Amino acid sequence: MLDRIREKTLNGKRLDREEGRYLLTDAPLLEAGALASEARFARHPEKVVTFVIDTNPNYTNVCVTDCQFCAFYRKPGDKEAWTLSVDEVLAKVEFAASKGATTVLLQGGHNPALPLDYYLTLVRETRRRFPQVTPHFFTASEITLMAEVAKTSIDGILDQLYNAGQRTIPGGGAEVLSERVRTRIEPKKGGPKAWLDVHRAAHRRGFKSTATMMYGHVETTEDLLDHFDAIRALQDEHGGFTAFVPWSFKPGNTLLEKWIKHYEGPNAYLRMLAVSRLYLDNFPHVQASWFSEGKQAGQVALHFGADDWGGTLFEENVHKAADYVNTISVEEIVALIREAGFTPAQRTTEYEILQRY
Amino acid sequence: MRFSDTRLEPIWAKVRAGERLSREDGLTLFATDDLLGVGRLADHVKSQREGDRVYFVINRHITPTNVCVLSCSFCGFARKPGQAGAYEHTIEDMVAMVKDETREVHIVGGHHPDWPFDYYERMIQAIHAAHPETQIKAFTAAEIDYFWRRWKIEPKDALARLKAAGLQSMPGGGAEIFSPRLAKLLKYTGKADPERWCEIHGIAHGLGISTNATMLYGHVETHAERVEHLLRLRQQQDASGGFSTFIPLTYQEGATQLVPRRTPPGDSLRTIAVSRLLLDNFPHVEAYWVVLGEATASIALHFGADDVNGTLEDERIQHLSGAQTPAGLAREQLFRMIRDAGKIPVERDALYNVVQVYN
Repeated sequence: MLDRIREKTLNGKRLDREEGRYLLTDAPLLEAGALASEARFARHPEKVVTFVIDTNPNYTNVCVTDCQFCAFYRKPGDKEAWTLSVDEVLAKVEFAASKGATTVLLQGGHNPALPLDYYLTLVRETRRRFPQVTPHFFTASEITLMAEVAKTSIDGILDQLYNAGQRTIPGGGAEVLSERVRTRIEPKKGGPKAWLDVHRAAHRRGFKSTATMMYGHVETTEDLLDHFDAIRALQDEHGGFTAFVPWSFKPGNTLLEKWIKHYEGPNAYLRMLAVSRLYLDNFPHVQASWFSEGKQAGQVALHFGADDWGGTLFEENVHKAADYVNTISVEEIVALIREAGFTPAQRTTEYEILQRY
Repeated sequence: MRFSDTRLEPIWAKVRAGERLSREDGLTLFATDDLLGVGRLADHVKSQREGDRVYFVINRHITPTNVCVLSCSFCGFARKPGQAGAYEHTIEDMVAMVKDETREVHIVGGHHPDWPFDYYERMIQAIHAAHPETQIKAFTAAEIDYFWRRWKIEPKDALARLKAAGLQSMPGGGAEIFSPRLAKLLKYTGKADPERWCEIHGIAHGLGISTNATMLYGHVETHAERVEHLLRLRQQQDASGGFSTFIPLTYQEGATQLVPRRTPPGDSLRTIAVSRLLLDNFPHVEAYWVVLGEATASIALHFGADDVNGTLEDERIQHLSGAQTPAGLAREQLFRMIRDAGKIPVERDALYNVVQVYN
């Protein structure tokens, strides 16, 4: 089976579900990694690993979606609920910009009290005041909520965000794109179609976006294959995904913690990266998340098909709410990538290289 | 097997044929860019020997004292007599540290200027009397050599007396790197030199005491020095045959700062893999989670390691030097480290007898 997979990968042929299943379950880990590394260098021959200077602030923790994997949100009216004003969010953008950030990944709970103008002002003012910063704002389900609140279509919202200056959309909120999984852990966010439709519409409108995956909870191998198939098929339509970013579910302080005590470890992560590089043959980039899996696993992941290191994440609150904290500086990123045997290069949100180190 | 570096192909042919690897092969394995290729070779060897089994032990470390006459540059643990932070445990203290479920106790300490040899002998007797089921692994070759330097007790006599007192095996510490250059540079010339270290292990093996071997890497040593070290151990094992496990020890930069940063996980994984490949006569190669960190130790189970050490209720030496890992991992956590790698946890004792397989 390994030979068959290698043959197909090298000849640009697409892996099928059976091959994907084998890689996810039975393939020896290092064999999968070696194939993924070969595929990575076929696509990106240089030993360069990119990273972005970025931050992940949040504008509200108010949320009506009640996802069982989330330790961050509070219901409207909760005494720990908070929502930032436009000026407060822009102060965070300003702070990040002063530290050299080129990407601000802004996302929040689903707060129906916020008008569309709030979101549009954030995009417009970020573009106007901090032209060096890309507003990488609002995941698919937040865009869906904006459309509901403004009583307009997804396309209509995307038009207005685009006109305000937004060009990229973060890939969060995918979790595992399977009916079964989403019904179980996030019934109010809709099935896979809800997430996929927003990204499809965004790609059509000219946005770039990323695709994510949060694994290690209630999903089966078949659910993971559904996820890979769904985003690979969507990428065939418009090519709007820049990167795939998987991470493991962190159970701390969530409703799911009752059933799932621990997050999946580094070997599961390395396997996930290797499979994604091989299976997602139409994705330019695969990101190694030092943040969610730790710096050790992140460095090793660069040998398992990943070509990007993610970002500095000056601020992050969602994992933190699950008692999972990790920090890094640009100097450390550069050192870690070099130690792993690669040349570090700073990139933009859209993966254009700004400088090599 | 296919490799991105074709220099690995002849090495693979040798590995497959069960042929011994050369010094040149060792240097190639350290030099190649194909980290996963090296890992796959080692994983092949490990799987042939042990299948999916990965060993651990319910153990605890006892460090009788941190008072030490030596001044090794890599050590953040030693204190001079009377210096702030210096301590000396009584035998009663040490007996109380061992619990009924402790299957292996590992005893290693500083080279104390005044403790007579019979203090060590009584220490082993007392622990053995109080916990006859607990296996005692005690005193590095460097300490055995120091008993001779300080008290003129021949290693053969020292080991025979300790064995009679209840000692069952010897840890592999004090080897550092077998290199006169580094011994001088890092100020460990006052310690058993490579020939003496190997001689003492040979004596132990002759007395039926099984031992371990280590290598302190990730500071200022070269790849060639690592390879020489491994080959010297292999030669000793050919001669005396009593080594059970090789344990590469990652230098903990902590307070001593020989290098500014910990060597990266890729280097540790490679070192474990090369050790598995060169040490063809060592039964086991260990991924010691305390020095590697849990993530790298778990990944190392695909790079030739078949042991993670144990539950370790106390590990002062590495901790005072800055190891980040939590001091006591419960058995559950070891299970996760092993099972995340898709391997089968096997509880062992100090002598590698299987206690229980956790399928």
